[in-house]
Amino acid sequence: MRLFLMNTLLALAWIALTGTFTPVNFLFGFALGFSLLWFTQRLRPPTNYFSKVVQVLEFVLFFLAELVVANIRVLVVVLSPRLSISPAVVAIPLDVRSDTAITLLGNLITLTPGTLYLDVSHDRSVMYVHTMFVDDLDAFRSRIKQGFERRVMEILR
Amino acid sequence: MLDVLTGGLMLIGALFMLVAAVGLLRMPDLFLRMSATTKAATLGTGSILIAVAVYFGETGVTSRALATIVFLLLTAPVAAHMLGRAGYFQGVKLADATLIDELAGRYNLVTHRLESRDIQPASNEPAGEAEPS
Repeated sequence: MRLFLMNTLLALAWIALTGTFTPVNFLFGFALGFSLLWFTQRLRPPTNYFSKVVQVLEFVLFFLAELVVANIRVLVVVLSPRLSISPAVVAIPLDVRSDTAITLLGNLITLTPGTLYLDVSHDRSVMYVHTMFVDDLDAFRSRIKQGFERRVMEILR
Repeated sequence: MLDVLTGGLMLIGALFMLVAAVGLLRMPDLFLRMSATTKAATLGTGSILIAVAVYFGETGVTSRALATIVFLLLTAPVAAHMLGRAGYFQGVKLADATLIDELAGRYNLVTHRLESRDIQPASNEPAGEAEPS
């Protein structure tokens, strides 16, 4: 977290010094600051900041890809003459326990078209998800667990 | 070139909104309708906002467009989740095509407490589940 602030400050300094206040320039300054911090990392106590930033970037890309694929799938179904849907309410056992992780996971599931996060059980061990297409319940569960939950855990660790 | 990008993004955005509207009409139950609308509308609005940002190319416009997208992504799923949950409590019927409902019978309809396994096997009646408190 402190390194993230430092990195942001370096990016702001870059913007101030170059005098061009655009998002692209901010990203460029952020990348410059990131490499600077990376080069000097042996001077400071060890940290997982660098792998974390890469993980978050990976996650954003993964999620965008998932979003587009799912949107196109819903588009095809909605516009096809026959509604070929197989909806279900699926219980997904959870490994994550913290409020943040469950909230993030639920929001991501709801944002992905075709799936809707309904509720989480009182003891936080099971999450209930409504989905538009189910071919195989176990395949769906493992897709959520492997795709979303594992990455959420990685990011928040 | 920039015009093509702007136009393309706006067309994609409008297409997704149209699909959301058609989905709203065609889907058989509340949950499917929400699935079809909220997200398609989010992506549609997102594309149009990005088109606006690309067209103007000004920092003020871009940052406002990005902030709007971020808040859309934050709020839309919360609203959909609350609507879906409330609908389930109100006993909205699931579509006939629904394969399985693993949530059925796990809500305590009085205390709104949700269990991770069945409370009473094969019983979803509101009566008789009230615990004296």
